[in-house]
Amino acid sequence: MLELKNINYIVDDKQILKDVSLKIDDKFVVITGPNGSGKSTLTKICAGIIKPTTGQVFLDNIDITNKNITERSKMGISFGFQQPVTFKGLKVSDLLKLAKGKEASFSEICDILSEVGLCARDYYDRNLDNKLSGGELKRIEIAMVIARNSKISIFDEPEAGIDLWSFQRLIQVFEKMIANTKGSILIISHQERILNIASKIIYLNDGVVERYEEKEKILPDIIKNINATCKKL
Amino acid sequence: MTEIEKNLLKEVAMLDALPKGAYNIRANSGLAGRNTTANIDIQTKKDKPGIDIIIKPGTKNESVHIPVIISQTGIKECVYNDFFIGEDADITIIAGCGIHNCGNEDSDHDGIHTFYVGKNAKVKYVERHYANGDGKGKKFMNPTTVAKLEENAFMRMETTQISGIDDTTRTTKAELKKGSKLEIHESVMTTGEQKAVSDFDANLIGEESSCNIISHTVARDKSFQHFKSKLNGLTSCKGHSECDSIIMDNAKVLATPELYAETTEASLIHEAAIGKIAGEQLIKLMTLGLTEKEAEEQIIAGFLR
Repeated sequence: MLELKNINYIVDDKQILKDVSLKIDDKFVVITGPNGSGKSTLTKICAGIIKPTTGQVFLDNIDITNKNITERSKMGISFGFQQPVTFKGLKVSDLLKLAKGKEASFSEICDILSEVGLCARDYYDRNLDNKLSGGELKRIEIAMVIARNSKISIFDEPEAGIDLWSFQRLIQVFEKMIANTKGSILIISHQERILNIASKIIYLNDGVVERYEEKEKILPDIIKNINATCKKL
Repeated sequence: MTEIEKNLLKEVAMLDALPKGAYNIRANSGLAGRNTTANIDIQTKKDKPGIDIIIKPGTKNESVHIPVIISQTGIKECVYNDFFIGEDADITIIAGCGIHNCGNEDSDHDGIHTFYVGKNAKVKYVERHYANGDGKGKKFMNPTTVAKLEENAFMRMETTQISGIDDTTRTTKAELKKGSKLEIHESVMTTGEQKAVSDFDANLIGEESSCNIISHTVARDKSFQHFKSKLNGLTSCKGHSECDSIIMDNAKVLATPELYAETTEASLIHEAAIGKIAGEQLIKLMTLGLTEKEAEEQIIAGFLR
């Protein structure tokens, strides 16, 4: 279980997060909300990429506020970036081996790539660089999180920048992850189809958790809000 | 052969034992072993130090190893090796120099390799440079490669200098005739107060010839690197050079590319980048469980691969 207690984050006199307290122990929790509401900041605080101005982060009741990214990763938090990072000279298989653990065999890497719809024959030896398309990079980013099999898997807008076919596949990937994971998946998304498979949804607005409820209770209101906003526009 | 010499041989020629095929091993300025084949002859030069490697036309899928190792302090030598690669041959040449200097005198190996690559021939040339030893004597290496490519010849050159060489100037000169192609991949890492200069100069004199130079370097500590490249497009041709350097600590890196075209049909491109390791790359690897130091080493290892 991941718990945030009274998290505040202030940068350049602007308060990005305002006294956020949350417990995440359901299988699939989606964070949604308008652009600039603090969603990415919140998840980066969970992974140790950003240090909160005040407040505490707990993993399974252990205070990890002062643990760095590496320590949190080893304790069971993984993170999939919105903009996948590319390298010069490192191969897809290098990154997946690092994610999985160095003893990972070819067939294990092959299985992980298959999970995200990529064939090891085409990708195992490919460099993880800008020659790959946005959709390919995104799938490999997700594959790295799957490979870690962490207690807490965090994804920052995994659907951003991928085509429709990949998006269909993405839903299946997450459904499979939900079925297989013993931990929690925390994901930032604006997509109704992803919101639809959530156990719980967090609605963040202007740095404040306005609602955090079961999907059935919150989703109809979110959809109503979106439609109302569209009509206004 | 001592353990030190065996280790040098492994580092520069990736050899645990004597190689298959043709080879010439030079150790401490003397001949330590030689083998020739029906298609590959190796002869000692009569007028100056060095060897001639003669590869018969049409030779396919054979290799030549010509490592040089120096394990005695104070050796200074200049060696001339000429490669005559016959028409239509397809061959791999593995060279390299390893110096172990634990004495107080400087060691210096300067190798001048000239390749005469015949029509339609293909050659892969791999050169690794490595030094170790903690004596006060410095380790110098100044390799020169001259590549003369005949019509439709192809040469791929992979050079690596990863560790231990105090001072090096690597000079590469090339002349490319019609339809010939030269690919150069260079990897260099300097540490401490080492200095490394790479100086490329390619003349694209034949129509539809092409030259591609890719240099990846890492400069650490207080080391200094200078990348120079000059592509001369004298006819319809394609030239591309790319130098990409990771700079760390208090190192200094200078890149001075030059392009010269004599005709509108010459297409020449240079790309240069010098920068530190991207913070986002470190963070990504740290989210996979690596420490910052481990992440840094992983990024460098990939970059120099």
